[in-house]
Amino acid sequence: MVWHGDTALPAGTDLVVLPGGFSYGDYLRCGAIAARAPIMDAVRTHAQKGGLVLGVCNGFQILCESGLLPGVLMRNAELKFICKDVHLRVERSDTAFTRGYNAGQVIRVPIAHGEGNYVADDGTIARLEGEGRVLFRYCTADGTLDARSNINGASRAIAGILNDTGKVLGMMPHPENHVEAIMGCTDGRGLFAGLADHFRQAA
Amino acid sequence: MKARVTVTLKSGILDPQGKAIEGALRSLGVEGVASVRQGKVFDLEIAGNNRAQAEGALKAAAEKLLANTVVENYRIELVE
Repeated sequence: MVWHGDTALPAGTDLVVLPGGFSYGDYLRCGAIAARAPIMDAVRTHAQKGGLVLGVCNGFQILCESGLLPGVLMRNAELKFICKDVHLRVERSDTAFTRGYNAGQVIRVPIAHGEGNYVADDGTIARLEGEGRVLFRYCTADGTLDARSNINGASRAIAGILNDTGKVLGMMPHPENHVEAIMGCTDGRGLFAGLADHFRQAA
Repeated sequence: MKARVTVTLKSGILDPQGKAIEGALRSLGVEGVASVRQGKVFDLEIAGNNRAQAEGALKAAAEKLLANTVVENYRIELVE
């Protein structure tokens, strides 16, 4: 665990994880104040040098506010806080984060957020799509995209995106909540198992 | 010196909160409100009397924190 007021990450850090939560009570904007914490410069440097960063939920919001990812997470289109399992389509399997899945695979993962509506200008969306940087989309159980399954109104049903170097992933859903049988589902395991494989191979 | 920074959503950005407020005004019987968009107001107290310095500080505050310039605009007013 790294303290927000620290200015350096532990030596040899391979992956920085920004977890979910309500940093600073979502004051001003979700993740806005945490994104300006002293430790974030070290996270930026880590990413610049090719280190991996995973931001989940509030972590995704912090990554957008810090400029490590483009766009912003706005209030859910229907205004309600949504806490339920959703289906996600894994768009690519050729990344460190998604190598544990097949491209097009549908996984069931919980979401719990009031501000998960991904918004960016047209140019950014075009770039994200064109460069294959949308990793997860909200979908139906059989992988179709429709208005109803795009539960928070996000642009292009975007649930998770990569930065331009492919080292930084931000996603609103919580894969870490579906990793053991006792949780009722293990669909989230693939993300972490894939990362573990990635680091084993790199070592 | 006192200053006020007003932060508003860029036009074209969906504002469901504004829409919810519109609906509530209608329910309350407030007539003729065509649309509502919700923004934020920050009232700041700047030390000293240097206007140029104050404006610089306020612009930095707005750009770096108070507004998310991806989706928000800001307006700075120095109150004499």
